[in-house]
Amino acid sequence: MDIIGKKYFYFALSLLIVVPGLISLILYGLNLSIDFTGGTRLTLLFPHKVEKQTISKIRDAILQQKISVSSIETSSRLTFVRTSPMDQNQNTKFLNSLSREFKGVKQTEFETIGPTIGKETTANAIKAVVLASILIVLYITWSFRKIPKPASSWRFGICAIVALIHDVLVVVGIFSLLGHFFKVEIDSLFVVALLTIIGFSVHDTIVVFDRIRENLKRISAVPFATVVNDSILQTLARSLNTSITTLLVLFALYIFGGESTKWFIVALLIGITSGTYSSIFNAAPLLVVWEEWSNKKKFRFARDAKASST
Amino acid sequence: MRKNPGRPRVLLLFIFILTLAAILINLPQLQLLVIKKELSFKRGLDLAGGTSLTYKANMSEIDKDKRIEALNAAKTVIEKRINLFGVSEPLIQTAIGRNDYRIIVELPGVNIGQAKSIIGTTAELSFWEKGATSSAAVLKSKSDLEILFATQSAYPISVLQVLGTNPRKTDLTGRDLSETSVTFNPNTGKPQVQLNFTSDGAKKFADITKRNVNKIVAIVLDDMVIEAPAVNKHILDGNAVITGGFTYDTAKALSTQLNAGALPVPLIPLQQHSIDPTLGSASLQKSLFAGFLGFLIIVIFMIVLYGKLGIAASLALTVYALLVLSIFKMSTLTPYGITLTLSGIAGFILSIGMAVDANILIFERMKEEIRLGKSKELALDLGFLRAWSSIRDSNISTLITSVILYQFGSGIVRGFALVLGIGVLVSMFSAIVVTRTLLRIVYR
Repeated sequence: MDIIGKKYFYFALSLLIVVPGLISLILYGLNLSIDFTGGTRLTLLFPHKVEKQTISKIRDAILQQKISVSSIETSSRLTFVRTSPMDQNQNTKFLNSLSREFKGVKQTEFETIGPTIGKETTANAIKAVVLASILIVLYITWSFRKIPKPASSWRFGICAIVALIHDVLVVVGIFSLLGHFFKVEIDSLFVVALLTIIGFSVHDTIVVFDRIRENLKRISAVPFATVVNDSILQTLARSLNTSITTLLVLFALYIFGGESTKWFIVALLIGITSGTYSSIFNAAPLLVVWEEWSNKKKFRFARDAKASST
Repeated sequence: MRKNPGRPRVLLLFIFILTLAAILINLPQLQLLVIKKELSFKRGLDLAGGTSLTYKANMSEIDKDKRIEALNAAKTVIEKRINLFGVSEPLIQTAIGRNDYRIIVELPGVNIGQAKSIIGTTAELSFWEKGATSSAAVLKSKSDLEILFATQSAYPISVLQVLGTNPRKTDLTGRDLSETSVTFNPNTGKPQVQLNFTSDGAKKFADITKRNVNKIVAIVLDDMVIEAPAVNKHILDGNAVITGGFTYDTAKALSTQLNAGALPVPLIPLQQHSIDPTLGSASLQKSLFAGFLGFLIIVIFMIVLYGKLGIAASLALTVYALLVLSIFKMSTLTPYGITLTLSGIAGFILSIGMAVDANILIFERMKEEIRLGKSKELALDLGFLRAWSSIRDSNISTLITSVILYQFGSGIVRGFALVLGIGVLVSMFSAIVVTRTLLRIVYR
């Protein structure tokens, strides 16, 4: 099976998945939860299924407290309300006026996040993702420092990072689309998922690179592209098996697990699939492309040098 | 060079003992039999329900070098208040940023209204009397009204109405209290807060009441008058009562705050989160079931793919899961207890999937070596040897991620990071030591 030979096909496939997400990001941005924007989120449990009139009554009760409503979503007896920051007094008054209309309504969750914390969480999230990526690249570069020519350890680090960025873009892009069309919110758990995906993606990439390193040490006369292709094929079984076990576990969690972590698990599912794909079809072929490109330069340089010396 | 043939047996014994200990720690009935103490997981707010509050201390009036002291003093006051109110397993932490002094409070099982009334208010008690030159605040003209409003902001709310235009703050404050308690008015049966002063306080109070017989004295809490009684007589016994409009809960809250002392700095709420406990336990059940299912799937998968090797791996996985759970439980005995949250459980289940990965790496390697014609025992050693660098590198990158998550995250995120980090470390142990030992025994 020739993977390296078809590498441009796989690059195109990656673009196909990444580009719609990117466009969505630019057009619609991300649907951020109050973790990042600040505000109040509360969950109401009604004794009966929630009707449309109920929603407008809820909205009125909130507006009475001079709070602006960002969104009200319902799911059978539960209602999820998101507003600008609401303090304790306003919340108590709101609940009082609501329970006068709807006996037996209960507030099962109430969260208020001030804008300072919101900004902080955002800054921390970005710092964490950037720092993790940098540290991991440095680690890979260091760990692959004794790699024989033609590969250099920097190339391994950078190709791993490109695969990583690919995975991050895939997940973030898909969630931008989900956020716009299905109102899925991005909260701090999403950042956790992102960092876990980064860890996994690199994990996978390292296994392939490790094999390439080993094969390069053994064989010297074989062209680089062939070595990489063989390495990929040799590690295919392991990559797929590991990903399948993790994905199966995640599926079980998704179907049987709790409501609040559902999207967290979806993010992980997407990210881990993408991570496996990118290690095999992006990171390794990229090494080959780089090598070919730098060879062309050397070749042209040598040819020009020869031409100018005659 | 051949390793000591007895070595795997010693390791096996060690693993067996470890596993036994882990089982003991995890099964409740056995715990009480042997360890004589029930160990339970420390559950996060999203599982147990409760309230979490984050405050920022307003340090604008405190000198730079006294700020950490003030923050710690505030923390102590809050701790006292919470203890007096009787909350089980509260968590109170301070966090110092560059210019930012914060207090984070987590109260399992407490509803948010109660929580804020216990913690947030400064609870500075002061007593005010009419000043030297004053007359009742009679609004004779518009300019009087303006003066009233202009000066009013400098005084606690309602003080001017009650005491006239020149109220005076006495030197009697909450610090002069020796104790307060909630009592019930013998006439009305309504709850009230009884104040007992220290001997110094009693003297001051005696002076104040002497000076103000038949006049009004204002009792001020923070920036509001809560009581403005007329002084009937000179009180010498150092006791006073605040009667105004309390329910039992509000009386208890005030009494608690006064007993714990006033906060040395005002606190600004930054964030609050309250969760109903029933939400939590339902999610917990589901997650545990899903986790167990996931575990089963992996076991089946491994046995189908790798046969006997798969069985060894599954046993190793079981040991792994038991070990990690024991570490969580045992950690509650230390000050660094690990709190279980929903995302933490997801992290644990995920780490089971990752623990399998090390085994898969080794087994695939072994298959290759056997295909190349090596003996099973040699393939085993080679498999472990060659796979080690991949295992090490990929686990380190996950560890880096965990450390960063721990540093930059808070609460829920940290719980996940800890679980992941511990999972990775233990999984390396389980794959390398446990699986290997089991297989060595099998191949002898």
